[in-house]
Amino acid sequence: MPQNSVIVSHIGKRYRIGAAPASYRTFRETLIDTFTKPKKRLHGKMTDANSFWALKDISFNVEKGMALGIVGRNGAGKSTLLKILSRVTEPTVGSATISGRVGSLLEVGTGFHPELTGRENIYLNGAILGMKHEEISRKMDEIIAFSEVEEFIDTPVKRYSSGMYLRLAFAVSAHLEPEILVIDEVLAVGDAEFQRKCLGKMSDVADQGRTVLFVSHNMSAILRLTQETIVLEKGKLVMQAPSAEAVDYYLSHGFSQEGFRVWTPDEIPAEAAPFVPVAIRILNDQGNISDTVRSTQPIHIEFEYQLEEAITGLRVGIYLISVRGEFIFTSFDVDDSERFEEFSVRDKGTYISRCTIPADFLNEGRFVLGVNASTFKIKRYFHDEQALVFHVDGTGAPGTQWPEPRTGLIRPRLSWEIEAKN
Amino acid sequence: MNVINEPETTKTIIQPSQGWKIVDLKELIRSRELIFFMTWRDLKVRYKQTVLGVAWAIIQPVMTMVVFSIFFGGLARVPSDGIPYPLFSLAGLLPWQLFENSLRNASRSLVTNRNMITKIYFPRVVLPLSSVLACIVDFFVAVPILIFMMIYYHYSPNIYLLLIPFYILLTIITSLGVALWFSAMDVLYRDIGYIIPFICQLWMYLTPIAYGSGMISNPKLQFIYNLNPMVGVVNGFRSSLLGVYNTVPIQSIVFSSVISILILISGLVYFRRMEKQFADLI
Repeated sequence: MPQNSVIVSHIGKRYRIGAAPASYRTFRETLIDTFTKPKKRLHGKMTDANSFWALKDISFNVEKGMALGIVGRNGAGKSTLLKILSRVTEPTVGSATISGRVGSLLEVGTGFHPELTGRENIYLNGAILGMKHEEISRKMDEIIAFSEVEEFIDTPVKRYSSGMYLRLAFAVSAHLEPEILVIDEVLAVGDAEFQRKCLGKMSDVADQGRTVLFVSHNMSAILRLTQETIVLEKGKLVMQAPSAEAVDYYLSHGFSQEGFRVWTPDEIPAEAAPFVPVAIRILNDQGNISDTVRSTQPIHIEFEYQLEEAITGLRVGIYLISVRGEFIFTSFDVDDSERFEEFSVRDKGTYISRCTIPADFLNEGRFVLGVNASTFKIKRYFHDEQALVFHVDGTGAPGTQWPEPRTGLIRPRLSWEIEAKN
Repeated sequence: MNVINEPETTKTIIQPSQGWKIVDLKELIRSRELIFFMTWRDLKVRYKQTVLGVAWAIIQPVMTMVVFSIFFGGLARVPSDGIPYPLFSLAGLLPWQLFENSLRNASRSLVTNRNMITKIYFPRVVLPLSSVLACIVDFFVAVPILIFMMIYYHYSPNIYLLLIPFYILLTIITSLGVALWFSAMDVLYRDIGYIIPFICQLWMYLTPIAYGSGMISNPKLQFIYNLNPMVGVVNGFRSSLLGVYNTVPIQSIVFSSVISILILISGLVYFRRMEKQFADLI
């Protein structure tokens, strides 16, 4: 029988809503109550009215040596789950049994001190992550080589560029070699080359028979690195299945089926301000909102958003992504340099950016639409790689006289000529 | 490939914690390297980008001694138990500043390191503990100045010098105990950050640093005064070092120890109770 390295049973986590305590409490009362009413928590009892369950009745097992993906929308409870499993916070109810040392990459560079040198920070960070001194010394050269900051290793890290800093931080975490590795979206770190290296390191970890718990919004990374995936929705576990099946489920069920998507306030991170995404819609050539469009007709996309303050140099765009996570294209509303001049400053207000994907471009199948609002090299206001899923119907597309699936993501109508030479 | 040192059977059970427990000693011992590195970091960072560096550990008590000698010793003519005032005040200031610095740093240690608390698991008590340990190093840096002063004034310790480590230990226990309370409260109420300087100042005047405890003659007042464990510590430290003692002050030692240990235990209990909420509330 395979050994389970993580057994989670009926875990729930309740958080208090809002900062204001139910009743006014003095410092003195708090002190006294701590000793006289040990059952009573900080601000009195949590009730359904003043709290919510970030996680509810979560149960699953992870076999030793397996890589488990965790997917879900923002606010579905993924990070809370990882925090509980890495013991940062306690569950409100339920229990989990973990066999082996847990290494967490919830945030790389934890405990790094800007005044210390790279080498000193490696020792410190290693100790914080639970490595022995001797273990760190043994791996020092390897860590330094991996981080690619050899020349600066004895310079205080406050003099590092942010890229160097992150590389060094990731290098320490990557060499932790725990039995169970918990990873949350670290792949957003660094340039493409370094990301490739990180992904490589992670698959090494998985190949060495360690257990990996991997939270990501990047479906292709999930498919590549994990065997099984759990899907969380509003704090509940809705599915545990082989990754291909779970990703498919997530992409098709986790989204609205109506051809539009509206962002609720809890789905918008605080750092998006002053950009507020409102909705994204897919329209067919007749101008109706639809989740299924024909490949032989133009596809119209509308992205509606508000600016609470004027933003200079804003570009709003879309990604088109396959269900396996491959990017097909990225396009911004001010890609045209004249339009960029015209909209160099966008005032406060509500906007709709529209674009059209030409007819006879996409192959049949399901596609994921992502959105991005950013200023070049300054700030990424908002970013959602899975804003919406839509279907493309291939009826009448080139080559449909043969009832066979065509490989490839696009299916352009090319102008062929046949010249008979004889 | 590297071998994993940890035994195969390390099992961790995660569940809501219940009941009363003072401190998980086994876990703390397992974290000794982390304690060492955090202490080392505190020390390493403290005097970075300062011109005088570690000399500050000496300058602080010496400057205070000068100020006290001018105002309390010189102008106010505060009685100093027959000891030259500068030596008298410095011998009190060293254990006091160990106490005060430990208390200040350790009380803020959780909030200062909040990014660690929200990101990673480790026994939280490591933070106040390593802050206190780092202050001990500062204390020993300043000791040669005291020795120099003793030579200058021709004071030599007697056999009761052997009690000094014990007084240092009591200072650490007391400051850690109080800091455990404050640091855990600091997570909830950032007021603590503003309160601590006042408490330290008040506490110093309730401890015989600038004056001799002989000034308090009313027996009722004396009893209340002695509830402050630092009274016994400072008196004891000064007397044993300067060779004033002729007998071991058993009564004062026992009294101070009991109160210090009570403070430490209550601090550990409170800290332990609040610990699980740190990551959610900080």
